[in-house]
Amino acid sequence: MSAETPSKLQKIIASGTFAVTSEVGPPRSADGAVIEHKGNLIKDYVDAINVTDNQTSVCRVCSLACCIRLKVMGLEPCLQMVTRDRNRIALQSDILGAASWGINNILCLTGDHQHFGDHPKAANVFDLDSIQLIQTVKMMRDEGRLLGGFEFEVRPQMFIGAAANPFAGPNVAMRVSRLAKKVAAGVQFIQTQCIYNLDKFKEFMKILVDRGLHEKVSVLAGITPMKNVGMAKYMQKRVPGMDVPDDIVRRIGGVPKEKQAEEGINLAVDQIQELKEVPGVRGFHIMAIEWEEKVPEIVERVGLYPRPKAA
Amino acid sequence: MIKAVPKPLEEVLDLVKDFNKVLIAGCDGCVTVCEAGGLKEAKVLASALRLYFTQAGRQAQVDETSLTRQCEKEYLAQLSDRMDTYDAVVSLACGVGVQYLAEMYNNKIVYPGVDTCFMGVNEERGVYSERCQACGRCILAETGGVCPIARCSKRMLNGPCGGSDKGKCEISKDVPCGWELIYERLKTLGQLDRFEKPVDPKDWTSSRDGGPRKIVREDLRI
Amino acid sequence: MRLQYPPNVRIIEVPCTGKVDIQHLLTAFEYGADGVIVVGCLEGDCHYSAGNLYAKKRVNRVKEILDKVGIGGERVAMYNLSSGMGGRFAEIVREITNKVLELGPSPIKGAPGQAARPTAEVTT
Repeated sequence: MSAETPSKLQKIIASGTFAVTSEVGPPRSADGAVIEHKGNLIKDYVDAINVTDNQTSVCRVCSLACCIRLKVMGLEPCLQMVTRDRNRIALQSDILGAASWGINNILCLTGDHQHFGDHPKAANVFDLDSIQLIQTVKMMRDEGRLLGGFEFEVRPQMFIGAAANPFAGPNVAMRVSRLAKKVAAGVQFIQTQCIYNLDKFKEFMKILVDRGLHEKVSVLAGITPMKNVGMAKYMQKRVPGMDVPDDIVRRIGGVPKEKQAEEGINLAVDQIQELKEVPGVRGFHIMAIEWEEKVPEIVERVGLYPRPKAA
Repeated sequence: MIKAVPKPLEEVLDLVKDFNKVLIAGCDGCVTVCEAGGLKEAKVLASALRLYFTQAGRQAQVDETSLTRQCEKEYLAQLSDRMDTYDAVVSLACGVGVQYLAEMYNNKIVYPGVDTCFMGVNEERGVYSERCQACGRCILAETGGVCPIARCSKRMLNGPCGGSDKGKCEISKDVPCGWELIYERLKTLGQLDRFEKPVDPKDWTSSRDGGPRKIVREDLRI
Repeated sequence: MRLQYPPNVRIIEVPCTGKVDIQHLLTAFEYGADGVIVVGCLEGDCHYSAGNLYAKKRVNRVKEILDKVGIGGERVAMYNLSSGMGGRFAEIVREITNKVLELGPSPIKGAPGQAARPTAEVTT
């Protein structure tokens, strides 16, 4: 990986051990306690905690405010930043703001269209896309320069991440191609969309490794435990870019209702164990949406607890 | 061309209901092509308004006409001798024409009779779709002739995003993924190498973000 | 066939109902018609392939307009029949005549104002 930063996550990945990250979703009101509570639930089981940025275009407490709170709690936040709601001025401003609080991890995303959220009538911004945001963070970190040309002293020391969706169109090879473009722009780590179709993911990783990209970027495989068969069906049918094979739906649906959550956790554990063997996978990003309390169990069962202390 | 749709009739009725002498001014340009505001549509609207006023017991006059274009002063000027007759005008031209007409006859009440939608193509009669956002700096040469600003819901320059699903945009199955279209075209043209190079942030000053735009072609002026 | 049907019908012949425009129907109402029917070939049998389908759409649009301007969309209707169905034609005319009698004269008749064109003299 190119630039070294004070990021704990970067150090753990570099040490060669599997990294574990997770995410917390902020509340939809001015409640500071929620993030504190969620952070405490998972802090000993992960190397960094992502805070989502108005995910699915639903207005929530901003990621930056939550990341600052986590930092002040002594934890390692990862600032998720979408380009849907902020222009380059605001994005760079928030990056400087995050860096001023010592936040060292950023996940650069384009963001879901506002059509999905609670404010479909809003104008969107999309001044930049995720790749241009990666370029921007890199420029700020490595050159101390803003997009408009202004040069400044105290630079953000950000470990730059982005998302990858091996399951979206047009095809797997092009998704790797897009990842290559993110690498060219400066990305250092990737958290993938949650994986259910392991075969397709393995195909993606094979192309990635064949191209030598695994030496330039660390891929953390995305895992989301299913709570019940309804969730499985919903994700299969209603979420764009999501690939849920029928046998996954059958596995969850095949057990009685009260056992489905347990089966969902079992599935997640099995997936992680299988993915550990895939070349190029450097860790796991566990997205237990509104189910953060299950993260400790998953991390323990896959043998990744306790987490190493960063050097 | 510019594509527009007629405003709902009840909306137009509400605009003109208190007037007694109304002119419906159509336009032979873009709105004729998309059958929203040409002479035909002006006649239908005028008829409907006349029926409305009569059954409401009102003494009113509703006339219709159509101009070659409403974005040109010399054609708008053709109305000058009759304008005093009317106390309101419903212009069926696109937003451009409505404004220019109102600018020329600035003491007249001028209401829009269509909703101007976008610049686009005729896929078939009655089906129109957007192709251009007038960003002011055309990049079609780089994207195989498919515009990411107009056809990608997120106007990404380094698409597709992770929501591109079987060739469709995440916002609707009726919207093709603009970047999938670009990918297919670049593949056909043998230009897929364009895909691997990151495209820098766009200079939006030439588009709406830079403020209301104006072109001055000194080479054309006397 | 020399069937009897009410005499209050004015017939306007067209080569195909596809020739009938929205404007024609509205003008008829402006001139004081109490009801208008468009009678075209059976669907699928249009001599010019889809003329009667266009006509159906236009009649529906006129219904919508008439409802919104206070005339009433029930005063216009589209019917389909073949040229051999004389009996059906008479039936249709009786049907629409009864409907219109039920609805009463067009609201523009006898209204105090005047915006529509002057009611034309109907000559046979």
